[in-house]
This record gives sequence, C-alpha cells and structure tokens, in this order.
Amino acid sequence: MTTTTPLGSPIELDPEGFFLRPEQWDETMAEPIARENGIGALTERHWQVINFMRHSYLTTGSAPSIRTLGKASGVPVKELYQLFPKGPAKLAAKIAGIPKPRGCI
Amino acid sequence: MNPRIVIIGGGTAGTITANRLSRVYGDDAAITVIDRDDRHVYQPGLLFLPFGLVDPNRLVRSRQAQLRAGINFRLGEVQRIDTEAERVMLAGGEEIPYDVLVIATGATLLPGETQGLTGPGWQERVFTFYTLEGATALRDALRGFDGGRLVINTVDMPIKCPVAPLEFSFLADWHFRERGIRDRVQIEYVTSLDGAFTKAVCNRELSGLLAGKDITVTTEFNTGEVDGTGGRLVSWDDREVNFDLLVTIPLHGGGEVIGSVPGLGDEIGFVRADRSTLQSSLSPNVFAIGDAADVPASKAGSVAHFEGETLVSNIQRFLRGEELEGSFDGHTNCFIETGFGRALLIDFNYETEPVPGLFPEPHIGPLRLLRESRLNHLGKLAFEWIYWNLLLPGRPLPGISDQMQLAGKQLNLLSTK
Repeated sequence: MTTTTPLGSPIELDPEGFFLRPEQWDETMAEPIARENGIGALTERHWQVINFMRHSYLTTGSAPSIRTLGKASGVPVKELYQLFPKGPAKLAAKIAGIPKPRGCI
Repeated sequence: MNPRIVIIGGGTAGTITANRLSRVYGDDAAITVIDRDDRHVYQPGLLFLPFGLVDPNRLVRSRQAQLRAGINFRLGEVQRIDTEAERVMLAGGEEIPYDVLVIATGATLLPGETQGLTGPGWQERVFTFYTLEGATALRDALRGFDGGRLVINTVDMPIKCPVAPLEFSFLADWHFRERGIRDRVQIEYVTSLDGAFTKAVCNRELSGLLAGKDITVTTEFNTGEVDGTGGRLVSWDDREVNFDLLVTIPLHGGGEVIGSVPGLGDEIGFVRADRSTLQSSLSPNVFAIGDAADVPASKAGSVAHFEGETLVSNIQRFLRGEELEGSFDGHTNCFIETGFGRALLIDFNYETEPVPGLFPEPHIGPLRLLRESRLNHLGKLAFEWIYWNLLLPGRPLPGISDQMQLAGKQLNLLSTK
C-alpha cells in the first residue's frame, strides 16, 4: 500500500499502517501519526521511546519488544502503557516509522 | 597445536555441536563441554508429563554419556568469559583457554521477573511445565482438579518451543474429556501475541482447532502481575483474567554469563549472532547455537539440529582462515500434538511460513504438513528415540535436509509480498 504525504513524497505502508521503509520517515510525520492513533501531543518521554525504537531497529534490524523497551529505553513498562495505551511496542513502532514488530516464532 | 574448542552448555545444541566436531576432527582438536550438572532432560517429554503419559525418570539421562569418546566433559559454573584473553573462567578460579568458543547456554526461565508469579499460590495453583519439577507438580495438581477455570498464559516471547503452550491446551481438553468432566472445566489460552500463532496460514488452522475444542483465546495480553491468592492475571493495561489453576510459561532470558561481557548479548541475555553464519557480532572466534542465540528463529531442538551443520562447517572455515558460509536458513520443524492421538507437523524457515503439503518427500509424504493425522502423532512419539540416537549424536535425519525444501508445499496459499 502506498500513500502520499501532504508534502507530496510517497511512503509505503503495510495494511495496518506500519512503515515498510524506515528511510521514508522523518520527525515531522510523528505527530500526525500519533494523533491518528489517539495520542495527543508527543512529550519528551514519548520521544525518548520513539528514538530508542528507531535506533534499535536501525542497528539490529528488529523492533524491540515491550520487555526490551522496559529494560533498555529508560521508560518503565507501566509508564509505556500510559504513554502509548493498549500496545506500546506496536504503537511506538508505528509512530517511529519502522515495520511492525514480529513476535519471533 | 590442535585447536582448542570450548563449548559452554551440554544441552541439545551443545551436545550436537560437540559430537559433530568430534566426528569431523577426531583427535585433531581438543573439544571441551562445560556444564553445571550432568542431567540432560528430554524437554519435549515435559509436555506429556502433566497428563501422566510419561514417567519423569525416563526423561533424564547423563549429559556426559551423550558425548562421543574423546570429548572432555567438565562440571563447573562458568562465571565469566574474557573474549580479549580468550578464556572462560569457572567458579573456583580455574581458567580454560579457547581458540574457538561456542555458547550453547540455552534459555533460562525467569518466573521471578513477573510480579507475584512466584508468590502465594506458586506450586499450589500456579505451575509451569517447562521444568521437570514443575511438570511433575502440575501432574499431581491436575489429578486433583475436578472443575473450574484452567488458564494457560504465555507471559512474553521469546519462549522455548512456542507451540508447546497450544499443545498443552489441546492435551488438557483431551484429558478432561477422557475423565468425563470437560463440561465442568473452562480452558482459556492467554497470550501476549496478537493471534494463536504469528504466521497467518498456521494461525488460521490453529485458531480453528482451538475453537473446535472450545478453548477460549485472549490475545495481546501482556501480563504485569499474577495474584495467586485471588486467582487473577492482571495485564499492564489493567485487564484481568480469573483462574482456578494457572499454567504459566514464564519470561525467558539468556545465560547469566552472557551479561558478563559487554556487547555479547542483547538486553535479555541472548547472544547477538549472525542469523546465517551463527558467528557472534562481538568476537569472530565466538559462535552461538540453539536457544542461546538471538537469531529470529524458534527456540526449538530442530533448529539446533539444522544449525549444527552450518556451525561446524563455519568453525572449520574460521580455523582455516577462510570466509564463513551463511548457510543457515532458519529451518524449523515441529510436531504439534493436538490430542486424541493426533498431531500436526509444520516445516518453515526465515522466508517461508508453515503451509500444508507433504513431508519429507514431495507428493509422497508420508507425513502431512499442517493437517492433523495419526501418523504425525506417531512421528512425535518416535522423535524421542530419534533425539537420543540420531539428533544428539549429530547424525543426519533420514530424508530431512538441513535447508528447508519448497517442493511438496502448497505455496499458493501464501499472500504475495
């Protein structure tokens, strides 16, 4: 699925709205994606998670799980659920412009 | 001088590696396996133990006895790895130098990491069948369970044998039907994943089976707390599931010693390794195999078996100063026991998810992929003999190649990417 941003550059998303190509993401896209998913303004704590998420994906090739986020992002799991209600790992991945995290099986 | 190859861990992966290396090198390498005890548990048997289908004593053998003559088996606790000095330090101060190190420390259960899980009710109404002791205690609890809510909960991935919690649910359904009390037992499968299984075609098949057996599935449930006294699972987003008997699959982590070397492991202690060569990303003469590696394959014995060939060939290449070969494709092969003497079989790799078909011979079988059959169940039972006599000695399995085969699989079922 391909969609077009207001500025005109095409981005490729999967059917659930996750970026297929992280390089097509930039920081200005985060707020609109967050709003679409029911999150108001992004705070510094949100950004801490978003940046960790992106950095992790770009260095290891996979998105961190909630458990890894809780251990390594500097934001405890309880707070992750307050910042990104329902599913922190998925929601933060979507906002950070990286592919959907897959539970490894 | 003969190369010194040290393997930490004498479980499935470590034993396969040692035996394959011994066959390749004979006396031309010094192979050492270190483990903290001499009890090798046949882990696939733990699934059957709670239902009284296997005797616990039958599942344990000596680790050392599974190793070929000439392999040096050392009992000891590895306290530290020094990748600079190329040494492994044991508790008590002894140092073991290596030219190549293989980390086969497996996965460790971490029930203590979930709040309340090992508190009141642990081993009374809260059990895991992932250890011999836990599975045995669960057997006794199931015998006395006459009705109520049985909840099976996978706290979070990764876990060993990701299909085992589903198999347990299927067998529980069968067990209570045999006892004539199924109508008094509610079975609920609670998982952190967004489906019974992560791969689409297989998820459809398994979801259908669960529904047919009247097993409720609750997805995307991330357990934050277990209240053993009140019989409640509480998720991080404040949902609750009530239980009378809880079968938990606790969090898993890598070996503690992995954390002793900065950069060796990921945040939860699994060794960062190349998914095709199995070489550690920290040190070129360190490799990881089996559950200990953070590669995106299942933590399962079949994976360790299929990785064995790649690992041993890459250790040889490394010692000869040659380039490594990225030949491991994520091949995984699992029987899924579904109760009533039947089972499914799945066969997949990094690129191709499980689909129906025939295995191992295309168009012949005799085993059917992703469909229940009596023969698959017999295959699962036969695996115990295969495990001790072919898999651990590091021999090829007849007719089954290390790389996954596409022939015989209904690939048309896969959506185009």
